[in-house]
Amino acid sequence: MTLSVFILVSVIKIVVALGILLTAVAYTVWLERKVVGHIQNRWGPTRVGPFGLLQPLADGVKFIFKEDLLPPHVYKPLYIAAPMIALIFALTSISVIPIGNWVTVLGIHTPLEITDVNIGLLIVLGITSLGVYGVALAGWSSNSKYSLLGGLRAGAQMVSYEISLGLSLVGVLIMAGSFNLREIVDAQSGTFWGFIPRWNIFQGQIVAFFIYLMAAYAETNRIPFDLPEAETELVAGYHTEYSAMKFAMFFMAEYANMITVACLATLLFLGGWNGPHRFGPPLLQAVLPVFWFAVKIFAFLFLYIWVRGTLPRFRYDQLMAFGWKFLLPLAIANLVITALIVALRA
Amino acid sequence: MILNMGPQHPSTHGVLRLILEIDGETVVRLMPDIGYLHTGIEKTCEAKFYQQVVPLTDRIDYLCPMTNNLCYALAVEKLLGLEIPPKAQWLRVMMNELTRINSHLVWLGTHAMDIGALTVFLYCFREREDVLRLFEAISGQRMMTSYFRIGGVALEPPLGFFDRVRDFANRFPSKVDEYENLLTGNPIWTMRTKGVARITAEDAIALGASGPTLRGSGVDFDLRRDMPYSGYENFKFKVPVSQDGDVFARYICRVQELRESIGIVQQALDGMPEGPIKADAPKVVLPDREKMKTQMEALIYHFKIITEGFAVPAGEVYQAVESPRGEMGYYVVSDGTAKPYRVHMRAACLANLQLLPKMCEGRLLADVVAAIGSIDIVLGEIDR
Repeated sequence: MTLSVFILVSVIKIVVALGILLTAVAYTVWLERKVVGHIQNRWGPTRVGPFGLLQPLADGVKFIFKEDLLPPHVYKPLYIAAPMIALIFALTSISVIPIGNWVTVLGIHTPLEITDVNIGLLIVLGITSLGVYGVALAGWSSNSKYSLLGGLRAGAQMVSYEISLGLSLVGVLIMAGSFNLREIVDAQSGTFWGFIPRWNIFQGQIVAFFIYLMAAYAETNRIPFDLPEAETELVAGYHTEYSAMKFAMFFMAEYANMITVACLATLLFLGGWNGPHRFGPPLLQAVLPVFWFAVKIFAFLFLYIWVRGTLPRFRYDQLMAFGWKFLLPLAIANLVITALIVALRA
Repeated sequence: MILNMGPQHPSTHGVLRLILEIDGETVVRLMPDIGYLHTGIEKTCEAKFYQQVVPLTDRIDYLCPMTNNLCYALAVEKLLGLEIPPKAQWLRVMMNELTRINSHLVWLGTHAMDIGALTVFLYCFREREDVLRLFEAISGQRMMTSYFRIGGVALEPPLGFFDRVRDFANRFPSKVDEYENLLTGNPIWTMRTKGVARITAEDAIALGASGPTLRGSGVDFDLRRDMPYSGYENFKFKVPVSQDGDVFARYICRVQELRESIGIVQQALDGMPEGPIKADAPKVVLPDREKMKTQMEALIYHFKIITEGFAVPAGEVYQAVESPRGEMGYYVVSDGTAKPYRVHMRAACLANLQLLPKMCEGRLLADVVAAIGSIDIVLGEIDR
């Protein structure tokens, strides 16, 4: 593959991946409104398009055309930069996430991701944890007390849960022996006794999966851990002072992060694109892995929304206690036990 | 740091303003600041005929309009020495308990939403809608019902109304189970409410608390049972009391009250007496439309009541009823004319709000929200 072809292919993949991600973000919002609506005895969006399907489009247009207010009391450079930081890091992390096997299109053999790197997982973790800067800086630069409290909560919460999140993944890494997301998925192919898939969640990593689930909810500021933007306490938390597209950027960043953690959960615990895909014509066989991947992400996102429709919110000190006194020891215990088992097997 | 919470804030239930002195997330000092919803209703009452005050009382505590109607009507009836026919009394009790359910549903929904459980809010409003439809059927209005009048109630219930109430009363307990499924056993809910914003029985009494806020602290006092009015002595119901004095205790008290209230509604339906719905006092009670068209006296009385009101014997009276929030009292002074000399409302919320600093100081910011929800304030009643 020559350099020019490589660049062309990469650009195409970036455009396609970004397009898919942004569409997914828009429709996750739609899905959330719809599902929560039905949980709560409402209809959700119905007016714009069939089943309200054009609602995200209408929302986007509204956000773009709203006046871009700049409150007089803010520290302007950081106030403007903060939502961009949040959104950029949220969108970047998708670049190393594979959504399927290698494919050959027009004689070009390429992986179904923007770039295949050996330390994919580390990159994702690194970039997502940079996203907290956007939130913390937004809280600080808004020069508002509610924003400040929200930003502080967000900073403390994300840093605390990052540790449990990271540790819950180490068990999987030990079992796969690689940081490469593709290899981690490949290690989960096949089945036990012909019907139980060899996904990590069925290979004794179920505890790790639940730790990851909790930590991921906290990382993405979702109920029951949505303290940084706890509406009834802090008005809107760190984005109290934001409006129009700047607010939309935070909003998109939150949903992009949700999709990222859903992708990671699928890749690391739920077998990635593995599924019954050895049937049908070759074209179907090529598409099915992507389909399974999408189904698993959908299921994960649905769980997110379901939880939101069900649970109340933690209190700040309870959240911290839960993270440090329960999740972290559990994650360490899980890690030690996994390591021992892997060592004994070897 | 001084944090100004309200008057525009999602969880101060209207326009309560709290001045919070916080150290990190811990509340050091809390000062409620009221008066943002002052409407001057008490003063307005002095310029109205006695019967014209009834619609004003709806607007004081807008979540329990009929309880306000009842309290005012009872006070004026006491001054007039009117005897209310049993059917009107039973209707009043039934509508009063439906009002309590309506009010508690709004409380439960908003309280749960403050603590982050969004779904309960919409579930509660689903049932509240049913209650409001019943209100609309009987009075023509959903919220500002003005259904009780001095000397009885405004209208005969429409055909099939009691069947609709019975249908609702049969359905409702399972809905309460639904709310409890989402909250009572939920570990996050109990973590957020148990041991939070605790108030002792002594403090609660000393600061004048009443209603579920008082009963949550273990004081067994309910005006409906202890100083019965409007025929409450004919009904059997339990007064739920909780000992802990925390947010959870007040929550559980109110949820039990929902069940007790629907029991009272059932009893009222089963034992609804026949007879007139207005007292036999032509100088006070407006005549029926039909009589006005056929009888000269009725037309004259109607004209006189509407144009110059009715004189109430001089004197003063205090009447208290158990509103969903606690002891609601109307103090009415008459100077013998057709307009009250003074109408003062004793707002349960105002006294209950005094507990808030004691509940919250030294606790976390998130507990303030839970505490406000647990005392169930309505700013319209506080500011009047």
